Amino acid sequence: MRTLIRGRKADRAAIPHDPAPSRLQYRLNRMWLSPFIRVALIRVLPVCLLIAALGVWGTRPAQIAIMTGWIVDVRASVEARPEFQIRQMSLTGASPVLANAIRERVGLEFPVSWFDLDPEVIRADLATLDAVADVAVSVELGGALRVVVTEREPAILWRRPGGLELLDADGYRVAYIDRRDGRADLPLITGRGGNAAVPEALRLFDAARPLGDRLIALKRQGERRWDMVLTDDQVIQLPETGARAAMERVLAMDGAMDLLARDISVVDLRNPLRPTVRMGPAAMEYLQMTRDFRQGLSVQ
Amino acid sequence: MIQLFETQRAMRAMRKAAMQRGVMGIVDLGTSKVTCLILRFDSGHMPETEGVGSMAGQAQFRVIGAATTRARGMRHGEIEVMQEAERAVRTVVQTAQKMAQVRIDHAIVSFSGASPRSYGLTGEVELGGREVSEADVAAVLANCDTPDIGLGRAVLHAQPVNFALDYRSGLSDPRGQLGNSLTADMHLLTVDQTVVQNIMHCMRRSDLELAGLASSAYAAGVSAMVEDEQKIGSACIDLGAGTSGLSIFLRGHMIYADTVRIGGMHVTQDISKGLGIPVALAERIKTLHGGLIATGRDDREMIPLTAETGDWEHDRREISRSELIGIMRPRVEEILEAVRDRLDAAGFDDLPSQKIVLTGGGSQVPGLASLAARILGQQVRLGRPLRIQGLPQAATGPAFSSAVGLALFAAHPQDECWDFDIANQRYPARSLRRAVKWFKENW
Repeated sequence: MRTLIRGRKADRAAIPHDPAPSRLQYRLNRMWLSPFIRVALIRVLPVCLLIAALGVWGTRPAQIAIMTGWIVDVRASVEARPEFQIRQMSLTGASPVLANAIRERVGLEFPVSWFDLDPEVIRADLATLDAVADVAVSVELGGALRVVVTEREPAILWRRPGGLELLDADGYRVAYIDRRDGRADLPLITGRGGNAAVPEALRLFDAARPLGDRLIALKRQGERRWDMVLTDDQVIQLPETGARAAMERVLAMDGAMDLLARDISVVDLRNPLRPTVRMGPAAMEYLQMTRDFRQGLSVQ
Repeated sequence: MIQLFETQRAMRAMRKAAMQRGVMGIVDLGTSKVTCLILRFDSGHMPETEGVGSMAGQAQFRVIGAATTRARGMRHGEIEVMQEAERAVRTVVQTAQKMAQVRIDHAIVSFSGASPRSYGLTGEVELGGREVSEADVAAVLANCDTPDIGLGRAVLHAQPVNFALDYRSGLSDPRGQLGNSLTADMHLLTVDQTVVQNIMHCMRRSDLELAGLASSAYAAGVSAMVEDEQKIGSACIDLGAGTSGLSIFLRGHMIYADTVRIGGMHVTQDISKGLGIPVALAERIKTLHGGLIATGRDDREMIPLTAETGDWEHDRREISRSELIGIMRPRVEEILEAVRDRLDAAGFDDLPSQKIVLTGGGSQVPGLASLAARILGQQVRLGRPLRIQGLPQAATGPAFSSAVGLALFAAHPQDECWDFDIANQRYPARSLRRAVKWFKENW
């Protein structure tokens, strides 16, 4: 009979090698052969371990410093390549003054690397300039920063309490100007809120072209209507609505009765149904005298 | 019997699950060796051929792993030392799994011991002229008169072998036919329950689900005999190490199985005792020089009996081959005579054909065919297992016929009694009748 109690050293030495797997070995072997565990061990586990190891290694401050150093080096070496250098800025569509302003605004020290430039940022920055209506900024790989500017066209002068401004046709400020004489070719408007009604003012100036040199300015009254100021302190008060029609009416009256050549200080068309004129002092006196004559009150 | 029904049904369900997974293990627990085959079933990939193909219809599975190891802790085909048997099973299963690179969860097991006993049962059921349905088949099988199989015995196989409808006998499938009374003949094979329980326990300890049990005599018959032999009536004798199993087939069904508890190991022991040499050397001499028919030349062929005792005279003994044959032959004759007795008891002489197929490891002894012809009758041949796809060359010998037969059994199991659903109304009625009977006898 074989020994039932195993484990004695002498017995164990006497037992020849047993090829049979132990229960644990057998179970492990079967687990190894089951596809799910096998895939988990062969594929999933090494990948997880690798990621974890990289994570642990890569989050140490020293490694981060080294890696950021590498990145900076590589980036600098790429940026320093001549292919990516931008040496000049080509500026089209801007007047010399504006061009200077743009150059100052962009403020780049050429040569600049292609990677340091963000055309979109430059574009947004330049678009804030008053004189710039539209701007396109692109980087050309030939080594140039290309800026195409569409300038605002000054259409009118606006005198406001702070100073004199050039406005475009939409009432948007183009530039400040020191003297009216600087742009004598442009019409002048004054008064608070004048810039908000520039298109109407331009239409009125267009309609008032027959007046020629007599027209001095349009004055905005109460931010709602225009007064037309002519030479000899004549004023044509225009209504809020239908100002141009009223203007044409004044011109028609002028053509028919030579209205504006007379001694009239104010033509009031604020109520279109009841045009009113305010005569000058001399005319008023003359009218009085004529009336007195008619009534026989006056003796001459 | 109902309890065993449930176990067998559960095993059938396991087998179905294994077929669905496509991988099944075959474990043949022998006295001298344990064999494990791993089968892969690919149901969708059947080669379409005219008639019977080269694989005789067995091409739907393939052996992907095979391993054999020395059995340990087995005696007469029964587990003697559980731990050792379990180690052998673990070794062989692990080796086969390593070859197949697939894990098996279900195994079909065959064993040779457990003293099987055959019963022929007959059952009858009245039909009243209607069509035979599957429920009727189940009913007639359930109606078979259960013999007293004895205490501690379990049913291993319960196969319907013949159906008769009125006066027409020899029907293999009566379903769909009209008749008045349906009669069924069933072959019942019982084995010792403790042996089966030990084997089930051994498999459970090896983490394998049991998907079926078969007698190795039956499995050997399935693989070693050709279809004609199974049809016309013949016996397969599986000469194993601890037992010699015999199974008689008629009309494609096993109708009798038995074992003789003498085998090749006894021949080895005879040699060992007779010559005073270790068992391992005796086994070696038996396999290398053994024979059964002595000729004049065998007197001159000397076999050295080397030993390491230190005694010069003892270590350099020699025997002639005829001496060896003289030791082996009586024992083989004894085995064959015992088999002859069993065959006679089973009424083998009444069969239309009395073909005998010898297989198993013991059938490789030279001269067995002529010796067997002298004892068992002239129609003796040596049988090798059917060739199945993927089986390694080393496992194609007659010693593997029961393993191969078990593989075939796994692929095409014979209809057993428990494959048919018992009609619900029968079972309570029978137990009620039994209860009434018990009351009558005891009051």
